[in-house]
Amino acid sequence: MTLTTILLQQLVNGLVLGSFYALVALGYTMVFGVVKLLNFAHGDLYMVGAFIGLLALSLVAGAVGTSWVGVGLAILLSMLAVGFFGVFIERIAYAPMLKAPRLSILITALAVSLVLQNGVLSLTGGQVMPFSPKLGFAGINLGDIFINYKQIALAGAAAVLMLALELFVSRTQYGRAMRAVSVDKDMSELMGIDVNRIIAVTFFVGTALAAAAGTMAGAYYGSIWYFMGFLIGLKAFTAAVIGGIGSIPGAMLGGLVLGLLESFGTQIPGIGSAWKDVFSFSVLILVLVFKPTGLLGKSEQERM
Amino acid sequence: MALLDLKGVSLGFAGNRVLQDVSFAVDAGAIASLIGPNGAGKTSLFNSITGFYKPQRGSIVFDGVETRRMKPHQVTRAGIARTFQNVRLFREMSVLENVMSGQHCRSRAGAIGAVLHLPAQQREEAHIHDVAAGCLRFVGIDPAEWERDATTLAYGHQRRVEIARALATEPKLLLLDEPAAGLTKGEKAELVTLIARIRDERGVAVLLIEHDTGLVMSISERVSVLDHGVMIAEGTPREIQANPRVIEAYLGSEDAEAALAL
Repeated sequence: MTLTTILLQQLVNGLVLGSFYALVALGYTMVFGVVKLLNFAHGDLYMVGAFIGLLALSLVAGAVGTSWVGVGLAILLSMLAVGFFGVFIERIAYAPMLKAPRLSILITALAVSLVLQNGVLSLTGGQVMPFSPKLGFAGINLGDIFINYKQIALAGAAAVLMLALELFVSRTQYGRAMRAVSVDKDMSELMGIDVNRIIAVTFFVGTALAAAAGTMAGAYYGSIWYFMGFLIGLKAFTAAVIGGIGSIPGAMLGGLVLGLLESFGTQIPGIGSAWKDVFSFSVLILVLVFKPTGLLGKSEQERM
Repeated sequence: MALLDLKGVSLGFAGNRVLQDVSFAVDAGAIASLIGPNGAGKTSLFNSITGFYKPQRGSIVFDGVETRRMKPHQVTRAGIARTFQNVRLFREMSVLENVMSGQHCRSRAGAIGAVLHLPAQQREEAHIHDVAAGCLRFVGIDPAEWERDATTLAYGHQRRVEIARALATEPKLLLLDEPAAGLTKGEKAELVTLIARIRDERGVAVLLIEHDTGLVMSISERVSVLDHGVMIAEGTPREIQANPRVIEAYLGSEDAEAALAL
C-alpha cells in the first residue's frame, strides 16, 4: 500500500468515526446550550440506545428481516423510545435541580450515568451481546481504497440527521425558541415561551440523536455492552469542546475533526492505535489551553 | 370594566416590603403611565403583573382572569407583553428572528410537526414570518436591517425592535419600561407618535414607566404615582401636576429635576 492509499483509507475511517462523535456531541452541546448542564449521562443514553436498538431489531426481524430496512427501522424506534426516556430522566432527575447551584445538577448527572450503567449491567449480567444484522461486507473499491456499504450508510445517515437538526433549529418556531432560551431564559419566558417545554424538546432531540448513534455503532461494530457509552461520552464531550460547547455547527465540526485526528494520529510513527485516546484527550487539553471557547464558540461576557 | 385590575397587591422579599397594598387599573385601549422616584417599586410592579414575581397578597385580574399565580409565559399568552429598561434582545439571532420568537405563544403546531417539517408547520412558519414582518414595518425598521444580528443595530433601533417583538405576541396590553431612556430628542418624538399609533391602529392599551415627565404628561390619559411601594396618587396629568403629595415625593429624591418639570 502506498502512502496515499493509507491516508485516503484513514480519511474514510476518520469521517465514519467522526460522524459518530458528531451525533453524540450534538446532544451534549444542545443540552449545554439550553440548560447549561454538562450531561455526563449522555454517553450512557447512547449505550441504552444501542440496547433498545437491538431489542427493536429483534422485534421487527420477523416482519422485515435484519437487513438494511430492519436496521433503519430499529434506529427510528430506538430514537423514539430513548428520546422519551431522555425527557423522563430530565423530568425526574434534572428538572427539580434547575434552580439549584450548578454543581448539584452536575453531580446529579454523574449519578444518572451510574444508574444507567449499573442498571444495564444488572439486566444483562455484564455480557457483551452480539448485534449482528445482515448487512454483509460488500462495498465499493475506489482505486486502491475500499469503502464498505455500512460505512457509506452510516456517514449518510449521520449527515441526514445533522441536516434535519440544522433545519429544525434554524427554520422552525421550536428551534428559534430553543435558541432564545439558550440566550436568555427569563426573557424567553416573558416573551411567552414555555421554557420547560423547550427543555423537554431539547432533551428529546439530543437523546434521540445519541440513540441513533448507539444503534448505528452496534450494527457497525457488531457487539454492545453496558460500558460502551463511557469512552464515547468523553470523546463526544471533547468534540463539543473542540467545536465550541453550545454551538451546534461546532459540535458537527468538532466531531469530524476529532475523528480525523484520531485516525490520522494512529499513523504518526511512534503513536500506535493503543495511544489513540491519549492523543485525542491531549488535543482536548491543548484546545482548552489555547482556545477555550473552541473553534466556533463565542466568548461569553457575563453582563451584570 | 378595566382591562387590568390590581387590588391590594403586596410584594416583599425577605422582610423588605416592595409593594404595599397597591390597587390600580388600566382600561382597555388606554394610554397610562406609572411614575415615581427611583426605587419606588415601578419595575417590581411590572414584574408582578407579568408573573415574574409572585406577590404574597392581592389579586391581579387581566381581561377577567386572575393571573397572580400564572407563569410568565401564560400571562404573555393571556395578552400582556413588555419591554425592558435595558434593551434585552436575543444575541446571535437576527432582527427578524427576534421578532418571530414573540409569535411562539401563538403557534399551534406541535414539536413533532416541527421535527417532521409537516406542511401545516410550514404554513404556520410562513404566517409567523408575515406577522413579524408586519410588526417590524409598523415600528419602522427598514427590511435591509432584518437579517442583521439584532444586537448590532443602533440603540434607538434596538428599542424599536424590542417593541416589535412585544407586539408580535399579539398583546391587549403593552408594558413599556422606560422606553425613552437613552433616546435623542428626535427619537423621543417618534416614540410618542409610535405609542399613539400602537393604541389607535392596533387597539393595544399601553402602560409605561417613564422618567421623562414631559413625555408622560403629553401622552398619558391617566397617570399613577408610586412612592416607596405605595400608590400615592392617581389621576389625569393635570391633576397629578397639581398634587402636593407627588411634588413632595419627588423633592429631595434623585429625580428633583422631574419635580421641577411637574
